[in-house]
Amino acid sequence: MLRQVGQDRQQSAFAVEATDLVKDFGDTRAVDGVSLAVPAGSIYGLLGPNGAGKTTTLRILLGIIDPSSGSRSVLGHERPLEAAQDIGYLPEERGLYPAMHCREAIAFMGALRGLSLTEGRRRADELLSNHGLGDWGKKPIRTLSKGMAQTVQLLGTIVHRPRLIVLDEPFAGLDAINQARLEELIRKEARSGVTVIFSTHVIAHAERLCERIAIIAKGKVAFEGAVDEARATLRPIVRLRTRSEDGAWRDAIPDDARREGSEWIFELPEAGPEPLLKALIDGGAGIETLAIERPGLHDAFVAIAGPKAAAAMSEEKAQ
Amino acid sequence: MTNLLRSAWVIGRRDFAATVFSKTFIFFLIGPLFPVLLGGLFGGIGARVASQAEQPRIAVVSSQEDFLKLERAHDRLKQAMDDRPIVELVGVPPEQDVSRQTEGLLASKRHSVIAVLSGGLDRPHLTGAVEPDGAIVGQMRLLISSARASDSAPAAMLVTATQHSTGSVDRSRSITAQIGQMILFFLTIILAGMTLSQLIEEKSNKVIEVLAAAVPIEAIFVGKLFAMLAASIVGIVVWVSTGVAAVSMLTAGGAGEIPTPAVGSGPFLILTVIYFAMNYLLLGSVFLSIGAQASTVREVQTLSMPVTVAQVLIFGFAALAIGSPDSPIAIGGALFPLSSPLVMVARAAERPELWPHLLAIIWQAGWIAVIVSISARLFRRTVLKSGPVKRRWWRRAAA
Repeated sequence: MLRQVGQDRQQSAFAVEATDLVKDFGDTRAVDGVSLAVPAGSIYGLLGPNGAGKTTTLRILLGIIDPSSGSRSVLGHERPLEAAQDIGYLPEERGLYPAMHCREAIAFMGALRGLSLTEGRRRADELLSNHGLGDWGKKPIRTLSKGMAQTVQLLGTIVHRPRLIVLDEPFAGLDAINQARLEELIRKEARSGVTVIFSTHVIAHAERLCERIAIIAKGKVAFEGAVDEARATLRPIVRLRTRSEDGAWRDAIPDDARREGSEWIFELPEAGPEPLLKALIDGGAGIETLAIERPGLHDAFVAIAGPKAAAAMSEEKAQ
Repeated sequence: MTNLLRSAWVIGRRDFAATVFSKTFIFFLIGPLFPVLLGGLFGGIGARVASQAEQPRIAVVSSQEDFLKLERAHDRLKQAMDDRPIVELVGVPPEQDVSRQTEGLLASKRHSVIAVLSGGLDRPHLTGAVEPDGAIVGQMRLLISSARASDSAPAAMLVTATQHSTGSVDRSRSITAQIGQMILFFLTIILAGMTLSQLIEEKSNKVIEVLAAAVPIEAIFVGKLFAMLAASIVGIVVWVSTGVAAVSMLTAGGAGEIPTPAVGSGPFLILTVIYFAMNYLLLGSVFLSIGAQASTVREVQTLSMPVTVAQVLIFGFAALAIGSPDSPIAIGGALFPLSSPLVMVARAAERPELWPHLLAIIWQAGWIAVIVSISARLFRRTVLKSGPVKRRWWRRAAA
């Protein structure tokens, strides 16, 4: 019977589900009614500026802290630590024992998740070798650069072959080459059926990797759904350049259109591109260029989370 | 439960290996050598200074014959006093005006005497900065009596030397009890401090979050506590073996020279390890819960100071039980959980019954369960907080 329940849990469509999570630290509400559903085998992004509540949400989902109220289910377990052997976690503030050798550090992280030390060491050698780091095994962590130490910790996160990988700001502190490597590693894990959740304040990563996202601002989920759904909250953008400066065609341009140099920029009217084109041609606009752009996730984020949150994200990215 | 133990094992195994295979552990092992060496060095210097300072010099203005008799008496008294400091005698030939000579000797910086004995053995007269009923006068009286009777042979007495007597055994056992308490106290303080600094290091390295995401917080607490206990037992085994080897090499009778504690050497060693474990678990868990609340070494020092001071007071209280293990103070000390291990290790050295130890171990184990469980809960609540220690209630109220 117990086995049957376990099988049912494993077959759940969602790797992680959270309903109305609330977390208070004294007088401060860090997480305010967060609800999420992360499909099994997907790449899921938590987007939001620093202090939005992403890390606290992840810590609640992992069972590091308990919510003040609300419920969560991780790989079918209401107490996430019961599923610890199937979860890999890379915290935002990376932590490894400085005196440990890379191989031992990876094996130790595997042992924490139920792997024997012998098997952990074997897999550590394999992982280091597969990532072209075969000669790192005997290097103490304290001799590695920040990026190298982060790579070792990431390998420790996946050494026990988890079904769910949670990465808190995994791209922070990595150079462009290592960011690309990490993106590839996330894709590879997802292809093999692993669910990956990561938090980030860099929208481009989420846009490239995620199937679904949650936008978190001030502890609340402002949006939760597919990336395309987020984009669909905005209408396509029209960029128009004409030879004529004025004429009847101007009636086809919405009142809230803005001018950037010689370009008109405005949302595509609800009626669609055809009536717009007809009005421009018939009105003698003399179309030089006309582009209809699908809004990016950044635009969607601005619309959903507000310009302040977007500005905060941009500042963090610059830092 | 199995998961908790397995996780605690993983944490404990790493901490144990990291401790025992580190360079600092070598310093920990040779640590007891420093107090021994320093004690020997400063003790020797101190004893020399003390013996020089404590030997008041008396000028003896007398005939050569009288002075020789006094010197022989002095040698006999010194031997009987086991080389403890007694008055030192300086012979000075008498001059015509003895009163003036006495004044001159007392004022002389060259001789630096405390008193002058004149009048020979027949009419001795001691002049100087001495108390009439003090030790110097007493010693001089003994010396003069002995010198007067110097012609008679020393009293004949048959001496049969035995290895032990009740009096001598009680004395050695009290010393054993004292040493046992000191080892327990210092070792516990050192190890609890080491556990604390490891935890602070993990908090500053941010490893604690990696651990907390993978295993129950209670497992981290238990693993850390027992890892340091295991490391310290390695230390104890090394020290005891080295001590026994040193005694065997340096003394004629070998390890047999070491006074046997009342419960026997084997049981005493086992009880010492058990009481050390109890004492360490009690104090270590308190220190760990303190470490969980602090995020910097400075905060740790501030927070652990009262506990350390309290531990010193408890050590002093437990020391009162030495020599009187059945006194109300000793029984009270055995009942108070934080002093119980210290009092009971002293009792093991002084009283042969084993049943009180069984009761004490059960009693202490119960308290350990209570204190460890409270500390683990506190640890769980506070260990992941990385900010400064929460403002005190009185400051909040004042704000």
